Amino acid sequence: MIRMEGVTKAFGDNRVLRDVDLEIEKGSSMVIIGGSGTGKSVALKCVLGLVRHDAGRILVDGQDAGKGDRDAFLARFGMLFQGGALFDSLPVWHNVAFRLMRGALKRPREEAREIAIEKLRRVGLKPDVADRLPAELSGGMQKRVGLARAIAAEPEIIFFDEPTTGLDPIMAGVINDLIREIVTEMGATAMTITHDMSSVRAIADRVAMLHDGVIQWTGPVGDMDASGDAYVDQFIHGRAEGPIAAVR
Amino acid sequence: MSTLWRSLRAMLGALGRTVLGWLAAIGRVGFFFLDTLSHMLRPPVYGREIFNALLNVGWLSLPVVGLTAIFTGGALALQIYAGGSRFNAEAVVPQIVAIGMVRELGPVLVGLMIAARVTSSIAAEIATMKVTEQIDALVTLSTHPIKYLVVPRVLAGLICVPLLVAVGDIIGIFGGYAVAVQNLGFNAAIYLINTVDFLEPLDVISSLVKGCVFGGIATLMGCYYGMGSGRGAQGVGRATKGSVEAAAVLILAANFMLTGVFFSL
Ligand SMILES: Nc1ncnc2c1ncn2[C@@H]1O[C@H](COP(=O)(O)OP(=O)(O)O)[C@@H](O)[C@H]1O
Ligand SMILES: [Mg+2]
Repeated sequence: MIRMEGVTKAFGDNRVLRDVDLEIEKGSSMVIIGGSGTGKSVALKCVLGLVRHDAGRILVDGQDAGKGDRDAFLARFGMLFQGGALFDSLPVWHNVAFRLMRGALKRPREEAREIAIEKLRRVGLKPDVADRLPAELSGGMQKRVGLARAIAAEPEIIFFDEPTTGLDPIMAGVINDLIREIVTEMGATAMTITHDMSSVRAIADRVAMLHDGVIQWTGPVGDMDASGDAYVDQFIHGRAEGPIAAVR
Repeated sequence: MSTLWRSLRAMLGALGRTVLGWLAAIGRVGFFFLDTLSHMLRPPVYGREIFNALLNVGWLSLPVVGLTAIFTGGALALQIYAGGSRFNAEAVVPQIVAIGMVRELGPVLVGLMIAARVTSSIAAEIATMKVTEQIDALVTLSTHPIKYLVVPRVLAGLICVPLLVAVGDIIGIFGGYAVAVQNLGFNAAIYLINTVDFLEPLDVISSLVKGCVFGGIATLMGCYYGMGSGRGAQGVGRATKGSVEAAAVLILAANFMLTGVFFSL
């Protein structure tokens, strides 16, 4: 279970997270929605300790995320970065198998490569991309390689930062199904950021809306359409008029 | 009176802030260096990364080091011959070329060429990794960026640059020799004997120690500025520029100090 209590984060005088309270049950799929630049990515990075939050607490299974053995902590996570963040000096398969080739999860090179190719197949990529460099792939393909890397070591907790942005609708459907599958089959806990409402409906157990540095609304995905919250309504219907300013 | 006082105070304030800024920067670099050292001494060791760094810093720098050294050695011979002839001391060309290359010009020029070639590329590469979140990705994959990115490069600097300096010294002396024998009428055998007889072990040791220190400075600055890069293309540009400036200035300052330590005791 992941729990954020009163988390705040400012960059200079840009107060991105003002007071974020959020709880994600073990084995459930939480989707965070919200306008671009509202701090969704920053919130994920705070949980992973990539960005140090200014105040508040972040607990993972009751343990303070910042304390204790960092390697053991991070070994439980998989993360898909918004921009892919592939290592551009390494071929695709090596990117995917990165965690499997060093540290506690190290395996023989051949085996790591086989796992990488299997994961690539799961995200809809053919084995022949395995030996290419990330720079030779399209943006959507890079995203899927990043996704394959995030799930390669079968982590307990997976964060997806805009997994379907930049993908065609069919591929987006494939990825939505995959995320759903990972949560139900592997029993993983997932936290996904997305702007894509079809994605929200396909993968979410619960939805949280981040706006103005706080969680504006959170609830089961079934309640989203009847939330009675003007912010959520504006967002899910994509209206220019409403409480959320179009210029931010 | 009060405006004078105020501007004086403003000036002192600015000076104080600059000094404090420098001290803080020295502290940060020092901490970064210690962090790197501590990771250097602890497993795991990333052999493939170290091999790549050795290749990049050492082997691939050979052409530029060789060219720099040979032209410098040649020019040095011409200058010493012209200067020496003013008081009938043309014969010292071999000795002064040797001492000038080995003690000063070899290490400094190799150091500066490494700053241009290696520091800039390290800074740009690591800064790009930073702005594209590749460093964050490394961390989430339980790989320490200092260990994976910084240690191999700094290690390569410490190992390769002294060797490059040795190569540069030899090629520089050869450049002087070629010019002296071809254009200035020196006897080839006597030139070589004079060179070898004149150089002392301390000259060579100082050259290699300087190379090691400069290699450490050049690679460390590339990594430090790269890891501290700001966001976007502008951040990468700033990091690269800053790293080369810092490496070059620190190499020249360290050269002055090392020369003092080695030759004025
Ligand atoms: N490392 C950083 N330094 C300074 N500002 C940052 C940094 N990371 C994010 N921000 C700022 O935080 C805000 C939220 O960013 P982000 O979390 O990426 O938004 P999004 O909700 O679209 O994912 C933005 O205004 C961004 O400029
Ligand atoms: Mg984002």
